[in-house]
Amino acid sequence: MSATTAGWLQFALLVVALVAVYRPLGDWMARVFTSPAHWRAERLVYRAVGVDADAEQRWPVYLRSVLALSAVGVLLLYGLQRLQSLLPLDNGMAAVEPGSAWNTAVSFVTNTNWQGYVGESTMGNLVQMAGLAVQNFLSAAVGIAVAIALVRGFARVGTDRLGNAWVDVTRAVVRLLLPLAVVTTVVFVLAGIVQTLKAGTDVSTLAGGSQYLPTGPVASQEAIKEIGTNGGGFYNANSAHPFEDPSAWISLLQVFLMLMIPFSLPRTFGRMVGNTKQGLAIVGVMASLYAIGVGLLTLFQARAGGAATALAGAATEGQEVRFGGPLSALFGASTTLTSTGSVNSLHDSYTPLGGAVTLFNMMLGEVAPGGVGSGLYGMLMLAVIAVFVAGLMVGRTPEYLGKKLGRREMTLASLYILTTPAIVLVGTAVAIGTSAGRAGMLNDGPHGLSEVLYAFTSAGNNNGSAFAGLSANTDFYNIALGLAMAFGRFLPIVLVLALAGRLAQQGRTPVTAGTFPTHRPLFAGLLTAVVLVVVGLTYFPVLALGPFAEGLS
Amino acid sequence: MTTLTPPAPAPARPPATPGTRSLLTADQLGPALAGAFRKLDPRGLVKQPVIFVVWVGSVFSTVLAVADPSVFGWLIAIWLWLTVLFANVAEAVAEGRGKAQAATLRKAKTTTQAVLEDGSEVSAATLVPGMRCVVVAGQVIPGDGDVVEGIASVDESAITGESAPVIRESGGDRSAVTGGTTVLSDRIVVEITSKPGETFIDRMIALVEGASRQKTPNEVALNILLSSLTIVFLLAVVTLQPFAVYSGAEQSMTVLIALVVCLIPTTIGALLSAIGIAGMDRLVQRNVLAMSGRAVEAAGDVGTLLLDKTGTITLGNRQASEFVAVGGCSDAELADAAQLASLADETPEGRSIVVLAKTAYGLRERTDLPGAVFVPFTAQTRMSGVDLPDGRQLRKGAAGACTTWVRTQGGEVTAEVGDAVDSISASGGTPLVLAVAGPDGARVLGVIHLKDVVKEGMRERFDELRRMGIRTVMITGDNERTARAIAAEAGVDDVLAEATPEDKLALIAREQEGGRLVAMTGDGTNDAPALAQADVGVAMNTGTSAAKEAGNMVDLDSNPTKLIEIVEIGKQLLITRGSLTTFSIANDLAKYFAIIPAMFAGVFPGLDKLNVMQLHSPESAILSAVVFNALIIVALVPLALRGVKYTPGSASAMLQRNLLVYGVGGVVLPFVGIKLIDLLVSLIPGIA
Repeated sequence: MSATTAGWLQFALLVVALVAVYRPLGDWMARVFTSPAHWRAERLVYRAVGVDADAEQRWPVYLRSVLALSAVGVLLLYGLQRLQSLLPLDNGMAAVEPGSAWNTAVSFVTNTNWQGYVGESTMGNLVQMAGLAVQNFLSAAVGIAVAIALVRGFARVGTDRLGNAWVDVTRAVVRLLLPLAVVTTVVFVLAGIVQTLKAGTDVSTLAGGSQYLPTGPVASQEAIKEIGTNGGGFYNANSAHPFEDPSAWISLLQVFLMLMIPFSLPRTFGRMVGNTKQGLAIVGVMASLYAIGVGLLTLFQARAGGAATALAGAATEGQEVRFGGPLSALFGASTTLTSTGSVNSLHDSYTPLGGAVTLFNMMLGEVAPGGVGSGLYGMLMLAVIAVFVAGLMVGRTPEYLGKKLGRREMTLASLYILTTPAIVLVGTAVAIGTSAGRAGMLNDGPHGLSEVLYAFTSAGNNNGSAFAGLSANTDFYNIALGLAMAFGRFLPIVLVLALAGRLAQQGRTPVTAGTFPTHRPLFAGLLTAVVLVVVGLTYFPVLALGPFAEGLS
Repeated sequence: MTTLTPPAPAPARPPATPGTRSLLTADQLGPALAGAFRKLDPRGLVKQPVIFVVWVGSVFSTVLAVADPSVFGWLIAIWLWLTVLFANVAEAVAEGRGKAQAATLRKAKTTTQAVLEDGSEVSAATLVPGMRCVVVAGQVIPGDGDVVEGIASVDESAITGESAPVIRESGGDRSAVTGGTTVLSDRIVVEITSKPGETFIDRMIALVEGASRQKTPNEVALNILLSSLTIVFLLAVVTLQPFAVYSGAEQSMTVLIALVVCLIPTTIGALLSAIGIAGMDRLVQRNVLAMSGRAVEAAGDVGTLLLDKTGTITLGNRQASEFVAVGGCSDAELADAAQLASLADETPEGRSIVVLAKTAYGLRERTDLPGAVFVPFTAQTRMSGVDLPDGRQLRKGAAGACTTWVRTQGGEVTAEVGDAVDSISASGGTPLVLAVAGPDGARVLGVIHLKDVVKEGMRERFDELRRMGIRTVMITGDNERTARAIAAEAGVDDVLAEATPEDKLALIAREQEGGRLVAMTGDGTNDAPALAQADVGVAMNTGTSAAKEAGNMVDLDSNPTKLIEIVEIGKQLLITRGSLTTFSIANDLAKYFAIIPAMFAGVFPGLDKLNVMQLHSPESAILSAVVFNALIIVALVPLALRGVKYTPGSASAMLQRNLLVYGVGGVVLPFVGIKLIDLLVSLIPGIA
């Protein structure tokens, strides 16, 4: 079977699997967040945290809860890393440097999982399990909770309550992420992914030498890494490492896992607002953008010039030869479109235009389908912008799902689309414009610019994948990227929850023939265009100087 | 008792004729240009963030051109100033159209003296609510108020443009008079209801001049989005310089400013306020005064339209539609009798009987009837008719009155009459019994079916409204059955029968609770609470001051059907804004393809592949984009003032059309435009 045929089959299989889980998983998530009953395990958590699980919160309280949980998470994770050598299960690792520890703490709490460190030689098992893995669960749960709060804003009428952040986060972990992660871990272990508390093994190589192979609780980390669109690998090589990703099947499964929840959340949205067609429109937009991203990346990777490339059938530098070009491109597109950031190939080695696609994927704001939760709320914010312009064009005060989009709503949505580009562009400009920033660049010319741009795009959009070619474990990048991740995560959350609160208070305008329907292909097409145009116009100049300058020469 | 003398013909300005006014006449251009220059003051421009950014860019580029003169630098500076100027012209032209109207209105405010009831004269400016003034024929009414004594014909052409005088009398729903209008006959006493400086005319002047113009909610929301986009593009360009420096392609400040101005949504930013002013102006042209822009916008959102039956849906009067003969009377005999009985009946119902006899039964109209004595309608008899020289007495009237009359004349009334009467009532009509008494005895000849006649084209209008998603509710004092029958014929969605003012208010509240915006018209004092409650309350100018005070629009023509036009104008206003926003943003794509290669192809020759328009040189490319950006504003001024074409239809169809025209068109047009401008610009020495 040729690589191309295999690629098509893999993609088809992936689509079938995603379509298959769309309804059951989406409906299950809707149940999780609307059911009035608490599970016993959850009650224990509520008692431990000291919250009244049946009391609903106004949006500022919801926000404070989310921020508090995240702040505590950053502190704990920072402390764990700094005190690693004094704690058990340190596997002999030294305390992590302050800059790196801060960067890593923010990175995992913000669901970015940017890794400025080398996992297997920096973090002991305690940090991996009690620190990083815990945040993998919590940060994913926070994203889902915020998305659910926004959905409630659309679904509810005349109330200032958005639900309870503690309940939503707890349920996301207990009823959704943990069960999925447990099952996945078992599958991974069966497939040969390492799962042990042993720090490593000395092996004799075929060549007669000896090599130390670091091991650890990889399979369990790996499961939530993909399910929660986190992306932080146990090993520095991430999913290109055979212990994290032993076969093409598992690689494809990992792609599926990172897409599963983000692609199913629109169904949850549709269920909760009482019209599953609305969810279909959103997932349609996500799927179109996703298909474009995968298609372009595969195309640019396969069509790269040069005799060597032609001979190999595709650009193979930095590719995982075990999986082939198409699966690398599929993984690369999926990981940049879901804010996961795990990689099974080296994006830095992609063709310039292929690299541009991975960049552009992230610049879309992680909405196609985006991170768990964050993808849905990001897409809904863009939908608000699209509905506003479209609504004016049909001669009415724009309304989305019966909620009028007035001055306050538009202020919040406008600030939302402004936030991430501001972080990315200013961050990159500062890095390029200062010697501290330029010091970390291993390449010059357009490629060097692409690498820095990639780093800030990845951090600002909470993706976490790295272009490499950039020595990011410096104080400058640890601090700057840490800030980019924190602002890129929490400023949008503030705006999303504020909008949710605002929407929930509104009544609902009834649907008439004069209402612009937001569940038809026309709107889906418009929203797709808005996403592409807003992003395209914002980043065109810098893309021109980076990957375009390199790719078009 | 006052007698009414025929009014003298009044000199009046020609009535406003919507649509025929040219968008921009030569005599308006001068003041508009002057206004445009005055508006260069940055203190005013700050309110339009997009244009303010262009202004700042113009100042910078001018300074740069002075410091380092070059043909390119100066041309960019000049065209940036022109961009600001064109934006100002758009606004000034829109305002100028109102100014002419305001000048006419000011002339109406010439009265300075008012005569109080005790005969003393005071300045009109000192009148306060509650004071009573006497106004006689030939005098100008000194302030807004209600007629509390007398009746007079009043020339209101100063306000309405309508030269035919109107009757104003104390009591009832026609008591309101407006300061600045002229009494043509008789004498009235007016109780002042408005404070000095806040009269109807004062408000009108402020409105048409745009002085009191406040940004409407949607305009504010759109401005926020535009500001946010402006900031995004500012960031994109400001951060571009470090990248350019790093790439060894440092850009001049002039080029960066040009790029910013081309990217930020200048087209919609420049035209936004002109669109708003023009929207209000379109209402004024149709003789509707909106007291707030908010109301105009709300009109576009209206979900439920409350329409009075009489005068709005049906013609004011019932008309004969059929003669039903009873008791062996032939149709021709009945028609003849009906005609005879109605010859002297000057009411519209009576005239319609004569017309029906002629059109349906071919009876020639008789002009005189020697020896006949006409019996007029009275409230006591509830009948009218004629006593013929041959001794026959013909009577027509309400079923009860007529049958009683027949019986008293010794005749009998068969059950057939009752059946005919009932069947007409059931169909929503009004039965009018025609009877005769004479030498042959008394009997009922037949029943005339009087019917509410639905105005022509109403069904189509309502179908149109339904497609727009607007529910129509007919309000009537008729009973439920009659109301339903007319509603079905007219095609309205719902009826409120036997409606009291309380019912109306409750209906509005109910609709609003369901999230619908409600529009209604009204003229009586008892309409005032409902007018105030409705989101769009259009008061008739003939109505009471209470109604005019309560509504947020006043229709000077007092034409209730106009509500539908108001809704369309409201929608058109929003559509124009949305379409030009889309157009403005879609334009950016071509500008990027013009400017980015021009900026960087020197260092990265590969980027010249993006120069799909094959523009002549980097300078000509950038200049062409800037020139296009400025000229497109001028080109779109007429569209902004006229409004995007609005054809009622479903939201989807409308969006599809507008997306195609302004979205896709907005992407394609600048590629062509910039290329054409580049061909010209490349001829300029110093650019080529």
